[in-house]
Amino acid sequence: MSDTLLDVDDLRITFPTRTGLVQAVRGVSFSLGRERLGIVGESGSGKSQTGRAIMGLTPPQAEVSAKKLAFDGMDLLSISPRERRALRGNRIAMILQDPKYSLDPVMTIGRQIVETLRTHEKVGKTEARERALAMLQAVQIRDPARVFDLYPHEVSGGMGQRAMIAMMLVTGPELMIADEPTSALDVTVQLDVLNILDKLVAERGMGLIFISHDLRLVSSFCDRVVVMYAGKVVEQIKASELRDAQHPYTRGLLNCMPKIGFERHPLPVLDRKPEWAA
Amino acid sequence: MTVSITVEGLEVVFDRFRALKGVSLELREGESYGLVGESGSGKSTLLRAITGLAPASSGTITVNGKTLGKTRDKAFYREVQMVFQDPYGSLHPRQTVDRLLQEPLAIHGIAEGEKRIERALDEVGLGKGFRFRYAHQLSGGQRQRVAIARALILEPSILLLDEPTSALDASVQAEVLNLLEEVRRRRKLTFLMVSHDLAIITHMCERLMVMQNGEAVETLTASQLIGHRVSEDYTRNLLRASEGFVRV
Amino acid sequence: MSVATIQSRRAWLLSDRPASRLQARLGRAYVAWRRFSANRLALIGLLIIIALLVVAALADVLAPYSPTIGDLKNARLLAPSAAHWFGTDDLGRDIYSRIVYGSRWTLYVVILVAIIAAPIGLLVGTIAGYAGGWTDTILMRITDIFLAFPKLVLALAFVAALGPGIENAVLAIAVTSWPPYARIARAETLTVRNSDYIKAVQLMGASPFRIVLRHIMPLCISSLIIRVTLDMAGIILTAAGLGFLGLGAQPPLPEWGAMIASGRRFILDQWWVAAAPGAAILIVSLGFNLLGDGLRDALDPRSGDQ
Repeated sequence: MSDTLLDVDDLRITFPTRTGLVQAVRGVSFSLGRERLGIVGESGSGKSQTGRAIMGLTPPQAEVSAKKLAFDGMDLLSISPRERRALRGNRIAMILQDPKYSLDPVMTIGRQIVETLRTHEKVGKTEARERALAMLQAVQIRDPARVFDLYPHEVSGGMGQRAMIAMMLVTGPELMIADEPTSALDVTVQLDVLNILDKLVAERGMGLIFISHDLRLVSSFCDRVVVMYAGKVVEQIKASELRDAQHPYTRGLLNCMPKIGFERHPLPVLDRKPEWAA
Repeated sequence: MTVSITVEGLEVVFDRFRALKGVSLELREGESYGLVGESGSGKSTLLRAITGLAPASSGTITVNGKTLGKTRDKAFYREVQMVFQDPYGSLHPRQTVDRLLQEPLAIHGIAEGEKRIERALDEVGLGKGFRFRYAHQLSGGQRQRVAIARALILEPSILLLDEPTSALDASVQAEVLNLLEEVRRRRKLTFLMVSHDLAIITHMCERLMVMQNGEAVETLTASQLIGHRVSEDYTRNLLRASEGFVRV
Repeated sequence: MSVATIQSRRAWLLSDRPASRLQARLGRAYVAWRRFSANRLALIGLLIIIALLVVAALADVLAPYSPTIGDLKNARLLAPSAAHWFGTDDLGRDIYSRIVYGSRWTLYVVILVAIIAAPIGLLVGTIAGYAGGWTDTILMRITDIFLAFPKLVLALAFVAALGPGIENAVLAIAVTSWPPYARIARAETLTVRNSDYIKAVQLMGASPFRIVLRHIMPLCISSLIIRVTLDMAGIILTAAGLGFLGLGAQPPLPEWGAMIASGRRFILDQWWVAAAPGAAILIVSLGFNLLGDGLRDALDPRSGDQ
């Protein structure tokens, strides 16, 4: 398939700990075209580590191995750190959970976007500024010129996350990894940010990996969902067919959340089977 | 029906910032009442003002017929207890579960601690095997169960819950919510629960108050909310947001 | 002991579900010990301190001569030899014996200072940190006043006022060394004061006194132990300094600092008189420093539990 953007085959990530080696990710495989893919799992399922490994942000003490980890035909595990850095932020971008921690606190938002752009592309100062402003406009910031000169602590969480998206998208990446991009935001702001993200991804024909613990949110946003449990993929399913999920874990995860208008007392709980992790 | 908590015109000011701008509330005995809102709405501040952790600058709080002053006496804490949001921060890192549960008993001079601790652990579904563990040897859900056991060990009649499940995985959340419902039924507790999640509030509570920027937006019953019979736009927005993402 | 029993004991100590208070405590101690013993330098430090304790305890057995009565006629300023391992001093006393007995005085100073200064610092710091407001301001300004003077100068002033002697030297050092401990305890208290677990205890109806004593102090103690251990070397040196200036231990007490002072006169011709106690101070100070570093790794509450 020529429009495969990312191909992951048998990805494994191992962390050394005091008591021995711990495998955080144990043989994850999936491929991604120009589509929206959700990775869902609970804490400790390895979903974030999978995203970080693709981005090349795995902590140095951990070991990453895979039969194949290819972005646009390039083997990510064998290219040099320099080539990897050139990819990062340019063709592959990542949004993290809390904008407070991912934006540089002592640099204005505008300057950060300009810096990002100028690291990866040869553009003049005026052009960079114009593109940054256009990008801020694209993430529906009403007064881009004002926000351009603000520091991250001077904006709200939702605004910060939009600025983060603007910074990540300004180089026109082909693959975007969003790790819990809206979990730190209020519910109403959450939807605004998702709308912006959705529009931009569709307009630019990017591939998106949306990592989240919230199965409902992911299934309403993505085309396809990968469900992870204990470092493994237990199910891959089209979001529209989630109701017919086969794996008891997926079904349990869907069921156990309270839903407005459905009275269930007590809530069904997940009966974890050891064979799921096997 | 007897009234459990009455809050009238409560204001809380932190360094000139008005976190609560005159909120009133009436909680009947045995009912479960929800406070919904986004960050900065003042919902947690309201809980903290009732416990005395946040200073009330004006307004009155009455609990079980007694109007509270600036300080709370020991008897108050035997009536009202609280479960915190973050199970990783609410247990002392250097104390075993045993020690954590012993502390309230020691403070109130309650004898037969052994029995009470075992009963409390049983009640929250942890059992004896957890008694001598430290907080770092427990999962998030287990920690929250310990926090609930600690709140219940003084046998209060009112339990304040500050987003008790928002830091937990969905499946663990279901277990903790079920546990809370069960202890409420068994002990006939009054709940005042804070959450940003409408689904959790309608699941747990009979009545609720929507809050925004330190003020009450509206007061509803759970069935009104389920039937979308709301009068304020803000509540409608929250409802829409809670249904997940819809592509426009 | 067979391998199997050792292994089962280790499993018992490291158990995730201890069955008793004792097992939980021992398990915790064992984890700290494993972290500590992974650091080889720290073990060397510990060994030095244990050796110091043993020497002090068995001084009567280990010392071949009296520390205070010398042989003025035959044994003045002898070079190191089989009979006198570290030689003799100007009064014909065996230096090795004096150093062995001197270890008692070193321990005496170090332990007394720690016992006096650490609790004062802990109390002042935690109360200031927890109470805040005026209490905090007053207590910390007092602390600042003490911190404003160089330690040795302040100790000198105290000894000058109280009169020379090792007890007064101890008192002077203790009075000058608590302020940094108060600072540490206060900083630590400020970081935990607003945590939910302290709030939870407040909501139990605990008195401020109880919260400070039973919930905050235990959290400050490990950083304090580390700091006190690291300061031990400094305490020994201050005591030696006072002894050297003639304001600490008085002759004929075999205190190491005083010994260096008296050896100073012969340093060019009979170097061993001053070198031997100097080396003893060096080694013990090094031992406390290494131990302190190891304890920092083992007890640091931030690196620890998760």
